[in-house]
Amino acid sequence: MSDIAQKVKNIIVEKLGVEESEVTPEASFTNDLGADSLDTVELIMEFEKEFNLPIPDDEAEKISTVGLAIEYLEKNIGK
Amino acid sequence: MTIKRVVVTGLGALTPIGNDVASYWNSLTAGVSGAGPITKFDASKFRTRFACELKGVDVTQFIPRQEARKMDAFTHYALIATDEAVRDSGLNLDTIDKNKVGVIWGSGIGGLKSFEDEMIDYAKGDGTPRINPFFIVRMIADSASGQISMRYGFRGTNYVTVSACASTNNAIIDAFNYIRLGRLNLCVVGGSEAAVTRAGIGGFNANRALSERNDSPQTASRPYDKDRDGFVLGEGAGSLILEEYEHAQSRGAKIYAELIGGGMSSDAYHITAPHPDGLGAFLGMQDALADAGIDPTEIDYINTHGTSTPIGDPQELKAIYQLFGEHSFKLNISSTKSMTGHLLGAAGAVEAIACIKALEHQLVPPTINHFTDDDEIDSRFNLTFNTAQERSMTTVMSNAFGFGGHNAIVIFRKLS
Repeated sequence: MSDIAQKVKNIIVEKLGVEESEVTPEASFTNDLGADSLDTVELIMEFEKEFNLPIPDDEAEKISTVGLAIEYLEKNIGK
Repeated sequence: MTIKRVVVTGLGALTPIGNDVASYWNSLTAGVSGAGPITKFDASKFRTRFACELKGVDVTQFIPRQEARKMDAFTHYALIATDEAVRDSGLNLDTIDKNKVGVIWGSGIGGLKSFEDEMIDYAKGDGTPRINPFFIVRMIADSASGQISMRYGFRGTNYVTVSACASTNNAIIDAFNYIRLGRLNLCVVGGSEAAVTRAGIGGFNANRALSERNDSPQTASRPYDKDRDGFVLGEGAGSLILEEYEHAQSRGAKIYAELIGGGMSSDAYHITAPHPDGLGAFLGMQDALADAGIDPTEIDYINTHGTSTPIGDPQELKAIYQLFGEHSFKLNISSTKSMTGHLLGAAGAVEAIACIKALEHQLVPPTINHFTDDDEIDSRFNLTFNTAQERSMTTVMSNAFGFGGHNAIVIFRKLS
């Protein structure tokens, strides 16, 4: 697992209080991990802070699963 | 319309001198001070470096960590105290009509630390807002009553009263009115405060309200003593279950006391200083007696606002003398803030509990830290100095006054 993926998982475990085993690439923040809309906003903000990468709102709206978050971050970090 | 009677059927406390009602009452009657050096932040540059903080509270024992982090400490305290009150009431949550259960909570400030932390964080950045989405809901004062309702599914009247240090008594009086009018069967009332923060201590220091007796925190809160120099900030919560009398009787509830009167007034004088003749305090107490329909001589004990400030303490006594006359000297009077510190919006909550326990045990908790008489204070008052006093009591009064000139007074009576 990439360093980015591990950091993303850690943030999700910390913020949503879920077990790491539940944080699979397919897991949806709202449907599988119990997040509400505010939790999701907070997660995006934590990613921005952790990776020092502003995520535009229209991109943020598309990040609904663990895998999509990792994919977006891996693609855009260091660009 | 028949006016209904209102009784107290559950109590919960989270205070600097005890994390539940039993330990709070033990400390109150033993004369324990809750003051000590501030541990919540580095206070080394503050004029006041001590407070009455809570001790050894494990929030996650009561609230799952993921929920807890979306709340300010004042909401944690509200939920913890209410957990005890609801259990104590013996309510069967599966059978009561939850649509007729309200929550009316008091807080003078709300989520002060949440506000502080977020803005300090923001100020460290380049001006781009990265405000946490839970910031507002952590901070706003009404989140306490909202969270209590969600936890239990209480769907009746729900809001928070904000009248500085009178907040909880306003909450109690509002709930009293809804229940006696038949609008609610039950109401969770109380108050919580968590203002031992940089802004709280710094702000009250700036308006010279706090004691600065840093060399002796435990003797700093000394209401009515000649050398009192301000209040000691406290934190915590108190929660009470108010219930319509017949509703309580029909479920065989333990009844602590009856709430028989509530009085309110305003000083209309100054934003921080009380009226020099205690006019607002007088009018509020008079209003409470009229509401209860009782004579001043029926009051046995007054738990005063008595914050240990040079000007506040004598003015309240002046108002008491004006209203009670010679009976003033037959009353027991005490300020339990000498032990708990001043819990601001939650003061009325923990003091109502002190009054109710005093009735239950026929024992008046003391005003501790009396060292030197003040010439300004008539020595004929029995201010219950330093040790608890046994007394046969049926009716007790609890005073709460707030910055802004708000006065709210409640009267409890032992059920005959």
